[in-house]
Amino acid sequence: MSDECCDPAPAVTVPGRPQIALAGNPNVGKTTLFNALTGSSAKVSNYPGITVERRTGELKLPTCTADLHDLPGTYSLNARSAEEQITLDALTGLHGDKAPDAVIVCVDATQLARSGYLLLQCRELGARSVVALTMVDEAGSAAPDPKALSRLIGREVVAVTARTGRGLEELRAAVDRALRAERRSDWVWTPSPALRASLDAVKEALPAEWRSQQRLGVDLPGSDDAIALWALTCIDSGEEADELVGVPATLRAAVEARHAGKDVDDESVLGRWHWLDREVDKLIHKTPDRSLTQKIDRVLLHRAAGFAAFLGVMALLFMALFTGAQPLIDLVDHFFKWIGAELRGVLGAGIFTDFIVDGVIAGVGAVMVFLPQILMLFLFLGFLEDCGYLARVAYLMDRIMRSMNLHGRAFVPMLFGFACAVPAITATRTMERRRDRILTMMVVPLMTCSARLPVYTLIIGALIRGSRVTQSLLMVGMYAFSVTTSLAAAWVMSKTVKPLKAKRLPFIIELPPYRWPRVPDVLRMMWGKSSMFLREAGTVILGCSIALWALLYFPRELPKGSPDYAALIEKAPSAEQKAELAAEEQAAHLEASYGGRLGHAIEPALSPLGFDWKIGVGLIGAFAAREVFISTLGIVYAVGGDADEQSQPLRTHLQRHYTPLTGLSLMIFFALAMQCMSTLAVVRRESRSWRWPAFLFGYMTVLAWVVSCLVYQGGRLLGFG
Amino acid sequence: MSSSLAEIALGRSARVARVDGPRAFRRRLLEMGLVPGTEVKVVTVAPLGDPLRIEIRGGQWSLRRKEAAQIAVEL
Repeated sequence: MSDECCDPAPAVTVPGRPQIALAGNPNVGKTTLFNALTGSSAKVSNYPGITVERRTGELKLPTCTADLHDLPGTYSLNARSAEEQITLDALTGLHGDKAPDAVIVCVDATQLARSGYLLLQCRELGARSVVALTMVDEAGSAAPDPKALSRLIGREVVAVTARTGRGLEELRAAVDRALRAERRSDWVWTPSPALRASLDAVKEALPAEWRSQQRLGVDLPGSDDAIALWALTCIDSGEEADELVGVPATLRAAVEARHAGKDVDDESVLGRWHWLDREVDKLIHKTPDRSLTQKIDRVLLHRAAGFAAFLGVMALLFMALFTGAQPLIDLVDHFFKWIGAELRGVLGAGIFTDFIVDGVIAGVGAVMVFLPQILMLFLFLGFLEDCGYLARVAYLMDRIMRSMNLHGRAFVPMLFGFACAVPAITATRTMERRRDRILTMMVVPLMTCSARLPVYTLIIGALIRGSRVTQSLLMVGMYAFSVTTSLAAAWVMSKTVKPLKAKRLPFIIELPPYRWPRVPDVLRMMWGKSSMFLREAGTVILGCSIALWALLYFPRELPKGSPDYAALIEKAPSAEQKAELAAEEQAAHLEASYGGRLGHAIEPALSPLGFDWKIGVGLIGAFAAREVFISTLGIVYAVGGDADEQSQPLRTHLQRHYTPLTGLSLMIFFALAMQCMSTLAVVRRESRSWRWPAFLFGYMTVLAWVVSCLVYQGGRLLGFG
Repeated sequence: MSSSLAEIALGRSARVARVDGPRAFRRRLLEMGLVPGTEVKVVTVAPLGDPLRIEIRGGQWSLRRKEAAQIAVEL
């Protein structure tokens, strides 16, 4: 029974578990439908080599169980970039994965013609397709009759309302039937003789695995024509080179030989649209009611009120992330410290205990501490995205962001950068193009994150003597400095770094109607993305934490001639003296550690900035998180690892050793340097390469060194310090 | 009378006459339904003067002024 549709039934070969793809435009309720169809079986992962999320779940059909793949939303299958290629590949089986056995195409009842365009392309490719007519409730009496639409396109059409579950069973049954249908390639327009000749010539150059016989298991000339048309349309060289990967050179040459251009685009695109305009008009008798969206937009996109509302929403978001998450962060922090302390009590002193407590447990804590902000971020972003406001943020901010060659949506990650670069970088996913995402990732770490704050507080408090007003102004100045440098860096990189240069693609963003987000969808997305963060970035952060701990811990041998601290502590008369000696021992161990030696080794490179080896060790420790600079410095100066930015003994030590000019140079260094392994780990994950975190680390370190050096040496020339 | 989409008055309807510009840019706009003959309207301008909010086929889009200038329309 269960394998009935999996049998090699007459005329169809669907071996193994059927693979079904879910395709559709953005904003047509595709994800809601996916969640409704797959329930809790959905898994979120990434397409290899690229940060486009891949959702797969189990689809129960009347006669068998299939896998359902949610494809990235797209308006067309004419892919030119690596991201767009995913949908094309997933539908056609051009690279790696085999072509799906059937495709559910979401068609928006309120945008019939536009979503019909994608459907026409799927039909040309020879997909066994079923139409899920979504947004029927929203369209109301303006919705087309599913039966009439079905007659028109020759595919089954099921009206669904995922919210209430209406139509889901019919859709499952229709997919089940489609799996048994023969593949057909249907074209609503006929290529001209000239295009026909080009198609035939390009078809000859298609590699065997790109032909329908191998992709679909059946010879379907129309499907091969569709692939040839895609090649003629999208493969380009020179000025307008495409970014497609895995296109065989012979095919590229065959396409170039035809000199296809705008006339091919016109013929195919207009061919489909003329048919849609003619036929779809017959099915629709009314336009859907959009008065509510219009009313809301009159306020939210208003010149003054809209801007005020936008600032309000962003302030709320920022407060939630900056202050709202703090109690939870503290809770996580205390929890791991508590576990560590308890374990230390149970295990007793020793290297193994230190490894478990200071290495592993503290490392897990370093990952988990991000979770409150990440969860909150995805909750808010999911809500804003699903209700339609995020698209409007891009509309409102485009003018400012574009002047720095950033995407309008980069505003949100840049703002979050004030709280923490790690969630901010995960928020770059709301941008579709890789170039926009990477450029944003490269500049977000320059924003003054909350971990820099205690460092600035310590330095200003200890080294910058002056009135409270001067000190506050300096703090504000550091924020202004970070905004200026990150915007300037974006502009410079977009002009100089080749993969980050702006592309001439239209910045056309749909402003979808406002809709109430579905809570289960938002929560599911929040959980899926957060758990992926833990899995992928978390493991790297944990590994780095342990490595950093080892660097500052081993080899556990003090140089010859060091005092015997154990004996001295034993003999010390008072508890105070015992604590002092313990702190001194800790400081001696840190200086003798590999990290301490590294601090000494880099001292010549740091002295032009006014730093000594002690600050060098602090900088190494700060890789765990910038505020760790303070506790590391606390250990170096033997005031203990629990020193915070308000610690008076630490401030006294700093005043004794450093000048205000060194303080300023150090603050500049902290503002510009890539002192955070978690940021590097998350950039590694989001960019799917080691190249970008390496570039980020390199450029920020060089920038920090040069500017700090200029400040310090310039200051000395002017007679300061 | 013909002009570009960047020039027409707010709220005034026009018809797309021609889409110019580089190939990929142009095809993207055509595929979204901005084909010749389509009715198009500029609804509002963003607070900072750019981009434009345009309406085509019952849907609204954000489009930069510079890009709208590539779309020739007839009033």
